[in-house]
Amino acid sequence: MDGLRRFWFGFKVGAWLGWQIESNWTDPFLFAVYSVIKPLAAAAILVVMYAVVSRNAFEHPLFTYIYLGNAFYMYVGGVLQGVSWAVVEDREHYRTLRYVYITPVSFMAYLLGRGLARFVITTIAVLVLLASGVLFLHLRLDWAAVNWPLFLAGLFLGVTMLAFMGLMLAGVLMLTVHHSWFVGEAVGGALFLFSGAIFPLEVLPQWLRPVGYALPITYWLELLRRTLVGSTARAFPTFAHLETPELFALLAAMTAGVMLLGGVVFTACERYARRAGLVDRVTNY
Amino acid sequence: MRDDRVLAERVPKARSARLFFMTVIGRAYPRIIALKREKSWLAFDILLPLIGVAAYVFVYRALDAPEAYIGFVILGGAMTAFWLNVLWGMSSQLYWERESGNLVLYIMAPAPMMAILLGMALGGMTATTLRAGVILVLGSLLFGVELSVQAWLPLLAVFLLSLAALYGMGMMFASLFLLFGREAWHWVNLLQEPVYLLSGFYFPVRSLAYWVAVLASFIPLTLGLDAMRQLVIPDGERYGFLPVSVELAGLAVLSVVFIAAAKFLLDYLERLAKQEARLTESRK
Repeated sequence: MDGLRRFWFGFKVGAWLGWQIESNWTDPFLFAVYSVIKPLAAAAILVVMYAVVSRNAFEHPLFTYIYLGNAFYMYVGGVLQGVSWAVVEDREHYRTLRYVYITPVSFMAYLLGRGLARFVITTIAVLVLLASGVLFLHLRLDWAAVNWPLFLAGLFLGVTMLAFMGLMLAGVLMLTVHHSWFVGEAVGGALFLFSGAIFPLEVLPQWLRPVGYALPITYWLELLRRTLVGSTARAFPTFAHLETPELFALLAAMTAGVMLLGGVVFTACERYARRAGLVDRVTNY
Repeated sequence: MRDDRVLAERVPKARSARLFFMTVIGRAYPRIIALKREKSWLAFDILLPLIGVAAYVFVYRALDAPEAYIGFVILGGAMTAFWLNVLWGMSSQLYWERESGNLVLYIMAPAPMMAILLGMALGGMTATTLRAGVILVLGSLLFGVELSVQAWLPLLAVFLLSLAALYGMGMMFASLFLLFGREAWHWVNLLQEPVYLLSGFYFPVRSLAYWVAVLASFIPLTLGLDAMRQLVIPDGERYGFLPVSVELAGLAVLSVVFIAAAKFLLDYLERLAKQEARLTESRK
């Protein structure tokens, strides 16, 4: 019970601190604009690319596929980076990691909490992106036809999976010095290519597709598309052989695997970092 | 005249050409030598951008786009290395130097600040040209992109003028961001994707509305990238925004304006640093 209380307290404090760091550098209006401009610009790149080649055929299922995949992929960057980046930020920039580490709260929970702040910001950006798609780009999203319970359950599973992937990365970052700044971005970029976020896996060369099929994010994005735009999502062959409940079960199993692996890797890295005296290291790199 | 003003004017920076030149070399040196000493850039500065570029190539493949578009993405992807270097290696550099305690040494040293920034720019430019070149060659080989240079001299002129204007802008931003506190990081971060969009890194800039493209031309890479695509990609002229000669003239004007603005802002900041003695304070 005491362990649970410590975990909850660490999570709460991490989330509060994360929110302060993310948002209190400017006034709320500017912060809100800042939070949506970047993702809107990134989505607009894809929209322009699509519009130029397809001559504005926004009603085609491929557009819905690309748009939704890109919108929800923002959670990958946000949560993964939010959890893992906290190690680098606290250690190198604010130089407070050593103090946080010796406080009687769960360090793992603290890092997960830091990720929550980025989750909230990303959620705002995703909502703005979806609303823009429906209002201006004829995105085929029928709110009444959405399978809300499955969507929310899928979203929860996916975000949990991403948080533990971020934890794994945070463990590795506790041990590394050079290029710590880029690791999160590198992992996010690699997953973007292989997870079928903005194009169906069939477009990848045959020998690269297994990488995509091995990633839980690929299943997560497919599940979200199916819950939001069922028939449109099923027009693509990638997971045509899987029924939606099967997809959900697979995602749940993969998430459990990632949670286990994330916990083990993080604990092992943390122990090593403590033994080797790396927790309070400042590299100035 | 106030005492602090008198002090500021009585301690001028040395102005000899030799000192200027040596400072440029000295500041460029670590950026170039790091290429040899820290080999991990091969993975992080080449593999990472290539993966991003590949994703956009596959989007075009999914759309059955003409092959020229794959070339646009590869060339645009290679040029992102310069934009990232200007943002993170130039614009925010003085801010980071302040946070790590080096800025005060720069201000105190007899070396001109303009030379320090120019050294950073030249070092960054050299290292980034190598990175961008590798991305261009690897990307072209991987995706079978055909590049054929129509005219070498205009291409060289476009490339050099683009870099002059771009790094001039970076030098100007470096001074501007020094006036910021913790928000500097966020502003630099904010400039990444919107500029990818406005400068047409992954599509021809003429795909944007005409006046949006005109406004985007104030970002040097917009004109530079468009002109390079016209000169390097077969059939590229068909997708060009303005004639190459006009874009060359625009880049020349931008180079002069940005470098002059950088000089003006740096002088202003140096005066501010001496008069208020607060500029070098860390503001986390």
